[in-house]
Amino acid sequence: MALSGMRGLSVFISEIRNCQNKEQERLRVDKELGNIRTRFKNEKGLTPYEKKKYVWKMLYIFMLGYDVDFGHMEAVSLISAPKYPEKQVGYLVTSCLLNENHDFLRLAINTVRNDIIGRNETFQCLALTLVGNIGGREFAESLAPDVQKLLISSSCRPLVKKKAALCLLRLVRKNPDVVNVDGWSDRMAQLLDERNVGVLTSSMSLFVSLVSNNHEAYWSCLPKCVKVLERLARNQDVPQEYTYYGIPSPWLQVKTLRALQYFPTIEDPNTRRALFEVLQRVLMGTDVVKNVNKNNASHAVLFEALALVMHLDAEKEMMSQCVALLGKFIAVREPNIRYLGLENMTRMLMVTDVQDIIKRHQAQIITSLKDPDISIRRRALDLLYAMCDTSNAKDIVEELLQYLGTAEFAMREELALKAAILAEKFAPDLSWYVDVILQLIDKAGDFVSDDIWFRVVQFVTNNEDLQPYAALKAREYLDKPAIHETMMKVSAYLLGEYSHLLARRPGCSPKEIFGIIHEKLPTVSTPTISILLSTYAKILMHSQPPDPELQNQIWAIFSKYETSIDAEIQQRAVEYFTLSKKGAALMDILAEMPKFPERESSLIKKAEDTEADTAELSAIKSRAQQQASNALVVTGQQPTNEPLQVTQLGMVKIPSINMENNHVDQEVAQTNGITGDVEPQNADILGDLLSPLAIEGPPGVSGTETLSEDGALALAPVGEQENAIKPIVDIVERFHALCVNDSGVLYEDPYVQIGIKAEWRGHQGRLVLFLGNKTTSSLDAVQAVILPPSHMKLELSSVPEIIPPRSQVQCPLEVVNLRPSRDVAVLDFSYKFGTNLVDNKLRIPAVLNKFFQPITLSAEEFFPQWRSLAAPPLKLQEVVRGVRPMSLGEMANLLNSLRLIVSPGLDPNANNLVASTTFYSESTRSMLCLVRIETDPADRTQLRMTVASGDPTLTLELKEFIKEQLISIPTASKPPVPQQPQPTTQPISSSDPGALLAGLL
Amino acid sequence: MIRFILLQNRQGKTRLAKYYIPLEESEKHKVEYEVHRLVVNRDPKFTNFVEFRTHKVIYRRYAGLFFSLCVDITDNELAYLECIHLFVEILDHFFSNVCELDLVFNFHKVYLILDEFILAGELQETSKRAIIERMGELEKQE
Repeated sequence: MALSGMRGLSVFISEIRNCQNKEQERLRVDKELGNIRTRFKNEKGLTPYEKKKYVWKMLYIFMLGYDVDFGHMEAVSLISAPKYPEKQVGYLVTSCLLNENHDFLRLAINTVRNDIIGRNETFQCLALTLVGNIGGREFAESLAPDVQKLLISSSCRPLVKKKAALCLLRLVRKNPDVVNVDGWSDRMAQLLDERNVGVLTSSMSLFVSLVSNNHEAYWSCLPKCVKVLERLARNQDVPQEYTYYGIPSPWLQVKTLRALQYFPTIEDPNTRRALFEVLQRVLMGTDVVKNVNKNNASHAVLFEALALVMHLDAEKEMMSQCVALLGKFIAVREPNIRYLGLENMTRMLMVTDVQDIIKRHQAQIITSLKDPDISIRRRALDLLYAMCDTSNAKDIVEELLQYLGTAEFAMREELALKAAILAEKFAPDLSWYVDVILQLIDKAGDFVSDDIWFRVVQFVTNNEDLQPYAALKAREYLDKPAIHETMMKVSAYLLGEYSHLLARRPGCSPKEIFGIIHEKLPTVSTPTISILLSTYAKILMHSQPPDPELQNQIWAIFSKYETSIDAEIQQRAVEYFTLSKKGAALMDILAEMPKFPERESSLIKKAEDTEADTAELSAIKSRAQQQASNALVVTGQQPTNEPLQVTQLGMVKIPSINMENNHVDQEVAQTNGITGDVEPQNADILGDLLSPLAIEGPPGVSGTETLSEDGALALAPVGEQENAIKPIVDIVERFHALCVNDSGVLYEDPYVQIGIKAEWRGHQGRLVLFLGNKTTSSLDAVQAVILPPSHMKLELSSVPEIIPPRSQVQCPLEVVNLRPSRDVAVLDFSYKFGTNLVDNKLRIPAVLNKFFQPITLSAEEFFPQWRSLAAPPLKLQEVVRGVRPMSLGEMANLLNSLRLIVSPGLDPNANNLVASTTFYSESTRSMLCLVRIETDPADRTQLRMTVASGDPTLTLELKEFIKEQLISIPTASKPPVPQQPQPTTQPISSSDPGALLAGLL
Repeated sequence: MIRFILLQNRQGKTRLAKYYIPLEESEKHKVEYEVHRLVVNRDPKFTNFVEFRTHKVIYRRYAGLFFSLCVDITDNELAYLECIHLFVEILDHFFSNVCELDLVFNFHKVYLILDEFILAGELQETSKRAIIERMGELEKQE
C-alpha cells in the first residue's frame, strides 16, 4: 500500500478509513482534533516534524468536511519556519485552508515578501504559489513590483518565471492598477518572445488578462501572438514534451487564439494574412480521429479558431466553412462535440447573418432538444430560440410546447418564457398566439408568470376579431376536469368580457358560462375569487333580458362575500351587489374594457437583452425569475406578496383604495377620452376591474422595475437620445429601489443596461453586475472601476473591455463590510459607443441596511437590552424635523423594508414605533440594534428618534441613516394619499409591558 | 479561469479540493456536496460539461474518481477536459499506476503536484517531464 512517508499520518488515515460509519469517524476526528489542540498549546515540546504532521492531519480532517478554524494560526506560523519541509507545509496548507479575506494572512505578508525577494529559489516558488493562489488586494499592492521584477529578470530560471507570471496575473485581477501599462506593454511583448513553452503558456494567460482590460496598449503584442501560433501550427521548435498526442501544446494554442479575440480587428495585412493561413489550416486540417484525447485536443483548438474567425467576421467563404463545420458537428453522436456545435452555432447567429443556412439543420437541432442529457437540451433550446423567426416560429414553438410536457422542472420556467416570447414576436396570426399561450398555461401553469397571461388579455382586448375566438377557447378549457389556477383567471376574465359574443353556441348561455365557472370557485385562491366576482358582475350585465334565476344566484354570492375577510373581495362584493341593482346604469359602468395603449411587450423588452447571451443561461434564468417577481409586484394581487408590494410602493397596507386611485388617474390620462366620460363616482369600480390587469402601473409609483423603465422610456424625447447618451431610467430612484430590493436594474441608457443581483450573508455580500449591450454592435472600452469607501472591501472580478453585440456579461462583486458606515461605494462605469464616451458614476446599493438581519424581540428580550444601553454614545436621541409626512403604517413599512423589524404593541403609545435588527460587520461582528420613534399625531413632519446599540459608531451611523430615510424622498411624487385608518395597534393597557418602556425612556 | 478543482470518489468523499476564488469553509463544503450530486448520476454517454450556478463544471470520471473543474462560462471546454486528463497522466506517472489509495495516503503530494501544474486558476506547465523532474527536486529537499 502506498504510504504517506509520515507514519503518524498514515496510521490516522487508516483508522479513519476503518471507521464503520459517520459517527465513528466523527468520534475519531474529535479525538484527533483534541489531541492536536493540546499539542499545539504546549508548543515547546513540539518538534518541527510533529508540527508538520499535525498540520497535514488538519488538512486531511478539513477535507473530510470538519471545521479546523483553530488550526489556521498554526498553518500560517509554519510559513516562517526556517527549513524547507516545514515551510512547504505551512505555505501549502495555508493556501488550502484560508482565503484572501482572512486576517491571519496579513500576518504572513512580510515573510512572504522576504521569501519572494530572497535568494532561495525554492522559497521563492513557495511564496509565489501562495500569492498566486490566494493573494488578495493587499498582497497586490505590496508585492506587485517585486513580482514584476522577478518576471523580467534575466537571471531567473523558467521555473520561477512561470510562477511569477501567473502570480502577477492574480495580482492584476485583484487590482488592475498594479501594472503600469505604459512601461509594461514592451515588457509583455518581450515575454511573448519566450522560447520555453511552459513560461510562454503562463505569460500568455497573463497577457489575456491584461489585454482584456485594455487592448489599446498592447497592439505591439499582436504580431507576436500570430508568430506563436505559426510556430505551433507548423510544429517548429516545439519540444516533444510539449506536444500532447501529437498536437503542439493545444492549451497554448487555445490561449493565444483567445488573446487575439480581444483585439477588435487586425489591420496589418501581413499579420492578417499569416493569421488566416493558420486559421485556415486549423479549420481544414482537423480530422476526427479514434483517440479521444487527441480528438478533444484538436477540437479544442478548432473551436477556439472558430470563435476567432467569428470575431474577426472573416470573408464570406471562411464563414460558410465554419457554418458547414458546425452543421456537421451538431449531427455527430459524440456528445461533447455536438454540445459545442450547438453552442457555437448560437454564437454564430449573433455575429452574422447565417439564419438561412442554420435553418437547414432545424430538424437535427430539434432532435437534440429531446436528448437525454440536460446539458445538450439546454444548448438546443438556446439555439432554437435564437434561430426562430416568422418562417419557422410555428414549428419551433410547437416543439417547445410538446417538450414542455416532459421537461424537468429545472427547465420549465425558461421554456415557458421562451415559448411565450417567440409566440408573441413571430406569431403568423393572433389566434395562433392565443392558442399557444393557453396551451402554455394548460401544460405548465406553475411556470407561467403573470406577465404572460396579462399580455394575452391585452392582445385580445385590443383586437376585436380575436375576441370571440379567445372566448371560445377559454370556454373549451373550462370543460377540462382539472385546470390550473392561472387558466381559471384568464378564462374567467375573457369570458366575463366576451362570452356574450358566443351566446348562440351550445353551452355558452350566460347561465351555463356562470355555472361552469362557479363550479370551480371552491378550488381557487383568494385573488382569483376577486376576478371571478368581476366576471359574475359582467355576466349579469350581459344577460339581457335579465334572467331572474341567474340574478338571484349571483346576488346570493355577492352577499355571501360581503362579509369576506379579504378586503379586496369584500369590497368587490359590496360594490357589485349595489351596482347590479341599478339596472341600466350597470351597462355603462361595466362596459367592455377600453383598448390598452399600444406599447412594447415587457416580455419582449426583457427578452431582447436576454437574446444574445444564450451561453449565459443562468442570466436568463435569473432574469426570468426577476420577471416573475416583477409581475407579482405590479399586480399586487397575491396576498403572499403583499408585504413586498407594500414596502416597495411605500404605501399603506390597504391596497385596494390606494391602488384604485392610481389606476384611475393613470387610465383616464392614458386612454385619453375613451374613459373620459366615466363619471367620477364610478371611477373606483373601473379601477377595480382594471386592477387585475394593471400591467402598467402609475408612473409615479416607484420600486417596480418594469413600471419605471416603461414610464421613463415613454417620457424621454426620441431626438434627445440620439444626441447625448442619457440614462433612460431615473438613476436616483433606481438606487433607492435597490436599497430595499436585491435585484433589479441599476442603470439603463439606450445602449447599455446594468442589472444587479445581490445576496447578503452577515457582513458579506455577493453582487453580480449584469452588463448588457442592447445594441447590434459591440461596446468598446468598457470599464468598471469600484471606488470603495473605507469601511468596505469590494472586489470586482475583471470586466471585459468589449461587450459583444446583444450580449450580456456578468461580473461578480464581493463585498465585505468592515465597519458600520453610511458611506456608499461608487461604480465608475464607462464605455464607448461610436465616438461617444459615456461615463457614469453609479452608487452601489451596498448600503448599511443590507447588513441587517431581521430579528423580532419579545418584551422580555427587548427591555433588558434597552436598559443596559443607557446613555450616549451607545444610545442617542434626536428630534428630527422636516420628516416627509407619512402615516404610522407607512413608516412601519419603511422600517420593515430596511429590515428594521417593527414590534407592534411593544410601545404603549400607539403613535410610537419600536424596531430592532442585528447588524453585521467585521469589526462589530453581530450587534443588536434597537430603535424607537415617537411621532406627533398633530405634526407628522417631526418626530423624536432614539437609537441604541453596543457600538458607538454604529449607533451614530444608524441614527443618521434612519434620519436620511425619513427625510429624503426617494420616490417620485405620489398622488396624495387619503387619510388612512391607522393600523391597529394594541390598545393601551396598564399590564402592557410597553408602559415600562415609556418609563425607561 | 479555473475557479476550483475537486477530486471526489463516488461516495462523495473529497480527495482533493483546491479553490482559486475566496470561499468560506462552509461554502466550500457546500460546493463539494453540490458538485458531487451534479456529476455522480450522469450517464457516461453524456457530455462532460454541466452547468453549475453561474459557471460550468468540466468533469471526467476515472474508475471511481471524479475530477471536476469549475470554469467560466466562456472558457474552452475541451481544453479543460484534456487538462484533466493530462493531470491524471502526471499522477499516473508519479505514482506509477495510480489508484485512489495513492491519492488518499499521499494527498499532500497530490497538492504539491497540482501546485506545479496549475497556479492562479491557470495552467502553469504542460510538460509531464518538467513536473515529474520538479517533484524529484523537491523530494530531495525534504
